[in-house]
Amino acid sequence: MRLLSASFAAMIVATPALAQDHSQMDNSAHQMPAAPEAEPEVDHSKMDHGAMGHFRPAVDPVSLPNSTSGPPNAADAVWGAEAMRASREALYRDHGNMQIFWFQGDRLEYRARAGDDGYLWDVQGYYGGDINKFWFKSEGEGSFGEPIEQAEIQALYSRAIAPFFDLQAGVRQDLTGPERTHAVIGIQGLMPYMFEVDAAAFLSSKGDLTARVEAEYDQRITQRLILQPRAEVNLSAQEIPELDIGSGIDNIELGLRLRYEIVPEFAPYVGIEQEWKLGGSRDFARLAGEDPSVTNYVIGMRFWF
Amino acid sequence: MTKSNLPLTRRRMISSLAALSGAAALPMPAWATGNMGRHGGAAVGKGIHELSGAKIDLHIADGSFATGGRSGHAIAVNGTVPGPLIRLNEGEDVTLSVHNMLDVDSSVHWHGLLLPFQFDGVPGISFPGIKPGARFDVPLTPRQSGTYWWHSHSGLQEQVGHYGPLIIDPAGPDPVKYDREHVILLSEFTPMHPHAIMKKLKVAEGYFSMQKTSASDDYPLSAEQRRMWGRMRMMPTDIADVSAPTYTYLINGHGPEDGLELPYRPGERVRLRIINGSAMTFFNVRLPGLPMTVVQADGENVQPVAVDELQIGVAETYDVIVTPNEAGAFAIAAESMDRSGMAQASLTSQPGRKAAFPALRDPPLLSMVDMGHGGMDHGGGGTEPAEPMDHSKMDHAAMGHAMPADTPAGGHDMTAMDMSGGMDMRDTSLLPASVKTGPGIDMVAMNPQDRTGYPGLGLDDVPHRVLNYRLLKSLEMDHHKRAPDREMELHLTGNMERYMWSFDGKKFSAVGDEPIRFGHNERVRVKLVNDTMMAHPIHLHGMFFELVNGQGHHQPKKHTVIVQPGSSATFDVTTDEPGDWAFHCHLLYHMHAGMMQTVSVAFPEGPA
Repeated sequence: MRLLSASFAAMIVATPALAQDHSQMDNSAHQMPAAPEAEPEVDHSKMDHGAMGHFRPAVDPVSLPNSTSGPPNAADAVWGAEAMRASREALYRDHGNMQIFWFQGDRLEYRARAGDDGYLWDVQGYYGGDINKFWFKSEGEGSFGEPIEQAEIQALYSRAIAPFFDLQAGVRQDLTGPERTHAVIGIQGLMPYMFEVDAAAFLSSKGDLTARVEAEYDQRITQRLILQPRAEVNLSAQEIPELDIGSGIDNIELGLRLRYEIVPEFAPYVGIEQEWKLGGSRDFARLAGEDPSVTNYVIGMRFWF
Repeated sequence: MTKSNLPLTRRRMISSLAALSGAAALPMPAWATGNMGRHGGAAVGKGIHELSGAKIDLHIADGSFATGGRSGHAIAVNGTVPGPLIRLNEGEDVTLSVHNMLDVDSSVHWHGLLLPFQFDGVPGISFPGIKPGARFDVPLTPRQSGTYWWHSHSGLQEQVGHYGPLIIDPAGPDPVKYDREHVILLSEFTPMHPHAIMKKLKVAEGYFSMQKTSASDDYPLSAEQRRMWGRMRMMPTDIADVSAPTYTYLINGHGPEDGLELPYRPGERVRLRIINGSAMTFFNVRLPGLPMTVVQADGENVQPVAVDELQIGVAETYDVIVTPNEAGAFAIAAESMDRSGMAQASLTSQPGRKAAFPALRDPPLLSMVDMGHGGMDHGGGGTEPAEPMDHSKMDHAAMGHAMPADTPAGGHDMTAMDMSGGMDMRDTSLLPASVKTGPGIDMVAMNPQDRTGYPGLGLDDVPHRVLNYRLLKSLEMDHHKRAPDREMELHLTGNMERYMWSFDGKKFSAVGDEPIRFGHNERVRVKLVNDTMMAHPIHLHGMFFELVNGQGHHQPKKHTVIVQPGSSATFDVTTDEPGDWAFHCHLLYHMHAGMMQTVSVAFPEGPA
């Protein structure tokens, strides 16, 4: 009954509203016209919508009392600033300032190939917040029965500079071969079409400039079975004879790994990776009696926590 | 109008469900004496036990919860998950005593209640929190009625069971006529620790989805569309950040395997008080074969709307009337929006008789409209129906662009969209100066439309009636409606990949001491623009706002509004509740990631 009478009343007051000529209204006026308490059953087609202004504040907000200033924290007046302090600090910290530790073993693999079989590790991780992180990386490889062929560790400051990219800068320490420390600058992130990339330039303590670009892509076959093409290119601005590196493209690696995510954090995989040394590096390899083209059949695991 | 039956009858009905389900035990003295045990401790019961009277005690304690063969740590209140139903009477004084028996701080926020800000229960904003072993008393005289709920606002406690329903019976006659009522409190259970969930969300985009696109999926996506999503570095399946099977969806603490039965007698008008008390899940609620009449939204009575299904955002409530005339059993099916799982209960006329539940429907996909490219298929060209239909006031100067709402209910036709690329998904020049651009924003809605007429993802093409916001009309006419004094625009911003969430590109951690300030008794129009591809249920503490949905003087009052992906929603609020209030996305992990702000309303006497 209440409903019915309400809408009846509304219909009555709606009548004068309908009679108005909307196109004649002065839309710049801020005051409310004489309050037609109307239901929205107005014929919109008769209204001159094009003549209406955009929404504007009817009152300058700065002139409103207390709208732009006030006590910093109302609860302090009730409970005391001291009582509120710890909970307020915790509140801010807990809502957007979370620090995360993450460690990933991206590739930990056994590599079967002509000659001695080998192994490889490629791990990374970080600690930090959304924008600023300490990032570390390590990779290395070798053949069973021989000294580690190559190993390095990087310690980087990583800063989010774009929605999908971090700028990273720091140092790299080589753990094998001639003593080398490098300054590192690079970017890591997600390219359009979902390619994960990691590109870095290295300036060594001997003045050598090298660079490395890695890209990988996850193609889901099912929710758990994932095919990952991967490419890596190493470049050098100059010949580095003591490292058997020629100038230009040092080597290219193309890999294809098929992993099964038992859980997203743990996935065994099998795959194949082809490596070519090119240019001067190929010549160094041949001189050392090595094959500049190596095919690795890999089995490994990927994990993170 | 009509009268409700006696509260006594209702209470008998409520408690009868516990006996019927055979799963809920009356609370044992153990919880009251602090002997619940620590993590992995005493088994907690399932809701819902009712509390009423002038003094209500809530004891928060650790326990162990189990459903469907899974078990894990829970925080139970008075020994159950959900906690007790707090039943109050409008205008009658009550003291709510909260006892924290955890070994960490806790709190209770009374969701949707009008009360002095210092009792609102948000540690760090309204009060210092409740220390382990401490008690906090909230004196309350309800000045409203309806269906509400309560939950912890400390850390991530809400995920693990610290929530419950709250009903305030009206002082006068209830305009809603019903013979029986049931609380339908939707939530989730997972044995996974909420901090582990948060970390996985941070480091592994899409971790919880088992419905991602793949080479073997059968999603209706062309190769070109798949490439387009890849080019944008987004996933069209990013619908629920956390979902089944990680979550088991619950009704009143009962998982599907618990077989919850709620009784009715044929011919009764049954009021279902649906509360979404989940941490992260939007639910599609329906009772196949039984139409629902929506009579209340967020505790405020609305003019009856008959629908067959409704989508309920996190923290919203809807009261619906169903009238099953035949004997039998009806499925209460609450399907998660991403359709990975379903909360289930049977509305049954005969104990032991269970309903047949519908199968999960095919998972929906996001579209370019959800990416903020709405209107491209009908030449909207930048118009934005901020106030779609409310021309009744004739105060056009205080309205948005004057285009009547031509937004289709869905606007969801993917095939009509330009998928050919070349669109800038992140044109930050479209953002107002108030938005801080940076890595925390991965998308800017190019043409955000008011989609209050949209029924929710996946429900725009179902062959039955579905609720949307524009169908909500308040029961009472607002005779005192004021034109807004000013407008503000707030952008909902985020980065899916990094799991960063914020308002205006600024996380709460960065702007905690710079609240959104309102004068006392200001009338403010707030336009929320969602520059992300997720629907956000935005909740304002302490005050109801009126949704600008074209219903003029019948704009519905709400405490929580869903802002659809790549879209906008607008509300008017009269800032007549002084003090500091939380304002946040009610997706728990979005709030935790920073999508929160303090709203500071000046005191009438001026600055202290």
